[in-house]
Amino acid sequence: MGTMKNKLATLGYGQIEEGKNGLTFTVPAEKSYETAHWLRFDEGFDYLFDLVGMDYGDRLGVIYYLSRSKDPATMLVLKTDTPDREKPELDSVHALWESANLYEREVYDFFGIIFLNHPDMRRIFLRADWKGHPLRKDYDTDPILNPVPQRNEFLSEMERVPSFTLQMGQEVEESHKLFGHDEYVVNFGPQHPAMHGVLHLRVSLDGEIIRKVDPNFGYIHRGIEKMCEGYTYPQILHLADRLDYLSGTINRHAVCLCCEQALGIQAPPRAQYVRTILDELTRIASHLLGWGCMCMDMGSITAFVYGMRDREKIMDIFEETAGGRLMVNYSVIGGLAQDIHPDFQRKVKEFIPYMRRMLREHHLLFTGNPIARGRMEGIGYLPEQEAISLGATGPSGRASGWHNDIRKIAPYAAYDKVDFEEVLRPGGLTFDRYIIRLDEIEESLRIIEQLIDSMPEGPYAEKTKAIIKLPEGEYLQRVENARGQFGVHITSRGGKTPFRVKFRSPSLVLVGALKAIAPKTKVADLIMLGASLDYVIPCIDR
Amino acid sequence: MEIKDIRIRNMKYEEFRDNEYLESYVDELRKNGVNIFVGKINDFINWGRSNSVWPLTFATSCCGIEFMCVGAARTDFARFGWEVTRNSPRQADVIFVCGTIVHKMAPVLKRLYDQMAEPKYVMAIGSCAIGGGPFKNSYHVVKGVNEIIPVDVYVPGCPPRPDAMLYGMMQLSRKIKVQDFFRLPEGTWPENECESLNNQPDGDNEK
Amino acid sequence: MLDFSNVTNWIDTTLHRYLSDGWALATEFVLIALMLLIAYAILALVLIYMERKVCAFFQCRIGPNRVGKWGLLQSVADMVKILLKELVHINRADHFLFRVASFVVIIGSICTFGALPFAKGLQAIDFNVGVFYLLAVSSVGVVGILLAGWSSNSKYTMIGAMRSGAQLISYEISAGLSVLAVVILAGTMQVSEIVALQTDRWFIFQGHIPACIAFLTYLIAGHAETNRGPFDLPEAESELTAGYHTEYSGIQFGFFYLAEYMNMFIIAAIGSTLFLGGWMPLHIPGWESFNHVMDLVPSFIWFFGKTFFCIFLALWVRWSFPRLRIDQLLSLEWKVLMPICLVNLVLMSLVVIF
Repeated sequence: MGTMKNKLATLGYGQIEEGKNGLTFTVPAEKSYETAHWLRFDEGFDYLFDLVGMDYGDRLGVIYYLSRSKDPATMLVLKTDTPDREKPELDSVHALWESANLYEREVYDFFGIIFLNHPDMRRIFLRADWKGHPLRKDYDTDPILNPVPQRNEFLSEMERVPSFTLQMGQEVEESHKLFGHDEYVVNFGPQHPAMHGVLHLRVSLDGEIIRKVDPNFGYIHRGIEKMCEGYTYPQILHLADRLDYLSGTINRHAVCLCCEQALGIQAPPRAQYVRTILDELTRIASHLLGWGCMCMDMGSITAFVYGMRDREKIMDIFEETAGGRLMVNYSVIGGLAQDIHPDFQRKVKEFIPYMRRMLREHHLLFTGNPIARGRMEGIGYLPEQEAISLGATGPSGRASGWHNDIRKIAPYAAYDKVDFEEVLRPGGLTFDRYIIRLDEIEESLRIIEQLIDSMPEGPYAEKTKAIIKLPEGEYLQRVENARGQFGVHITSRGGKTPFRVKFRSPSLVLVGALKAIAPKTKVADLIMLGASLDYVIPCIDR
Repeated sequence: MEIKDIRIRNMKYEEFRDNEYLESYVDELRKNGVNIFVGKINDFINWGRSNSVWPLTFATSCCGIEFMCVGAARTDFARFGWEVTRNSPRQADVIFVCGTIVHKMAPVLKRLYDQMAEPKYVMAIGSCAIGGGPFKNSYHVVKGVNEIIPVDVYVPGCPPRPDAMLYGMMQLSRKIKVQDFFRLPEGTWPENECESLNNQPDGDNEK
Repeated sequence: MLDFSNVTNWIDTTLHRYLSDGWALATEFVLIALMLLIAYAILALVLIYMERKVCAFFQCRIGPNRVGKWGLLQSVADMVKILLKELVHINRADHFLFRVASFVVIIGSICTFGALPFAKGLQAIDFNVGVFYLLAVSSVGVVGILLAGWSSNSKYTMIGAMRSGAQLISYEISAGLSVLAVVILAGTMQVSEIVALQTDRWFIFQGHIPACIAFLTYLIAGHAETNRGPFDLPEAESELTAGYHTEYSGIQFGFFYLAEYMNMFIIAAIGSTLFLGGWMPLHIPGWESFNHVMDLVPSFIWFFGKTFFCIFLALWVRWSFPRLRIDQLLSLEWKVLMPICLVNLVLMSLVVIF
């Protein structure tokens, strides 16, 4: 860290601060691209973890969380801002990190910050006719301004892609149409059986072959980040559950950890063990559903039903201990809501051999199937460098050989006490992304097996104040959810509600990856590739 | 055996919690008397309809996962003949609104509902569909699907358990059983309005 | 053994006694058509029920069990519902073709259905080119599917119809060539004679290995022709929502639905007639008492038993295999099945000669 600090100091501009998450480097807006370029190419920060838009009240800005694929534990926080609230402009970094493409559209949508030279400055979640930028502090929430629309957005409006460049010191707006007149464009979604919710893909086809994919989001944009600003911290937990409902427990864990980190407390060991076990059970449930959905998208409905059947066992365990099936609502800030059910350990121990047996059956039913192998092999190659640049973390990134498991990089809860392997596959093909999920179920079972017997006795929660107020500052917590790196960024001004909350969704960038790997495959492959990346739409839209 | 009976085979009469409101409705229907032949045909048609309700696969968020659970091995809704989930709205009878409906999705949902063929039913699953649920305070969330489309059955929960959804389905089949096939309630399907809907310029048909 | 030709002959003579020849013929036509239509509808309902139960069995579920005893009336309820459902008027569709398409599909399948030998003496029409007729008429359905896809004015239906066209026409070749192997073995195209020739041993045993290969290729190609199982690309629900019949509602969709199930029956029935002896009981030369016991079982039970066995095979495949991709589907036909079938024809000729 010391050398990096020195290098930053030699640049001669900007402020350097040292924080818990690593170095924070604040630069003026006109130097931001130059610095980012230097960090990307000379210093090897090839992974943009997240890009957070900020409204400080008087200034608008962005925060880049950067990391290196070779040295993933280090984080560098790059900040920049602009005082212009009427026409805020910043330089786009989409050329340095591909994932910035979607992130910057999101910041534009929420804050109205225009990114110069960005090729696609459409709103990402809200409709083009939406008035205002909702995450600004001066946003007018009057529902009369933005009533429930009566008709669909016109396709011509959805296709118009504006971009802004700076020429002779003047901002110039250009726009082009995304699809030509002679292109055969098919809508997949928002209501489509294989879109796993309400993703809207506009696909240009040449016969059966895909030429271009244009994802449209926002059909389940619930404005969670804005709502968080009005809610107390324990209330936020419930919204975090519902982001990515399939790894709800893990997301909730992340928010709890972030608050605990800010408060300077630590959950008691028993709570940490239980949280870890629940996280892994959630991961198994999520992977089972992901596996089932992928099989169903390839036409094998029986496999889906088998996946759901095994998932019910996990739901039973959750229900007995916490009362909820899908939304477990179990972790709270400081520990757990209550102690585990007396049968918890016995049920989990029964589940482990059952799941191992069923995994063999799943392999028999689907993995060894010649048609399934023929479909999955050799399709959808995602190279490691591209996965890093796109920020495709989680099983999808690990299937490309990228070591990115937060459980290994920055262990939290009880992950440093267990012996497990991060499953890596070098292939980067659909089959790797498929098989890695089943292998991760095995690893999760191993983790649970090690923890379930050695669970320490003691309190299940740390005492917290009735009203939780985080001290002023910025906090970031990363966890590994079933789809990849999930991040919680909280900016607190010392009140009982946060000033700004940003969730880093692992699914958003996965859709970016789909856009990158889908061209030149067939329609049937598009569906399969989407399922192999296993994104959850409400997590993208937030 | 009486004409217009709300008892269904799938679930015991005593196990329903709210028999009174349907009973009073049935009493009202029976009050004027009905031709035994017409009444029997009516009952036969409603028997068919209430036992064959094909859902549309539609889900926006969490409740959709529980909807999948209803269809899977544990709580198998195929027992009641509901498992023929159709992906095309034209062939579906009921739309399960599973999950939050936001502003951008509202016209899509309305169009889906319009695309379905009569008779069609709507079930609002989960607090979000009923009234916005935990996202009621959001700027982009529709506070209840009944702002957009008429709802037949509400199933509360966040998300509702599969058993709760089955209960809702049974309620729906009871409601279908007391429909009157030969008399549409006045004003449900005004001809001229239907025409004007068809003639409107349409965003998606532009190309 | 129960011979249905006695019954049909009796009806024929009775009618001729009371009516003039022309009227008697006309009455017979109407009677036959009515019987066939009723049998068609009932069989389709049984098949739908069977599929749902078998599917539930494979998926560790129970399947329909509340409507009627063991859910037996489930498909009747479905039929009542679908008959009374609204027919949606599609904007900017080709209305004439849109309406005609569903009829073309169902007429194709009813015509094939009519020429099947259901039991001894129970066959509506017995051409001397019966096999040729069955093959020809059963492929009329693809015209309906293409029309449906094109006239709906929707992109999904269009892609579905195009896939269907490519698929059905390709697999027609393999199915035809496999059937041709049997025709070589039998030396006739008349269905009744083909069945009669299998009195001693079914063709699948008579024809040695080539007949077995032909049976397998026929099952695969026939399965592909029904648009089901791993070959359900035209209506691939996870890709094209409902494929070529996305825009159909009510009974028009019901026609497609019925035709899909009945095509499955027809393919299985042709397979069992040509390879498994049709309504002919299982006879083993030399085992006289065994053959007598087998003869006691009515012929229609043999026919339906064999057919439903073939259908069960089809359902088994359908509920355990994922879907093929369009290029894999076509290369399976043109690169694997068709060469095998052609070689098999030569083998079969050799078997017949020597």
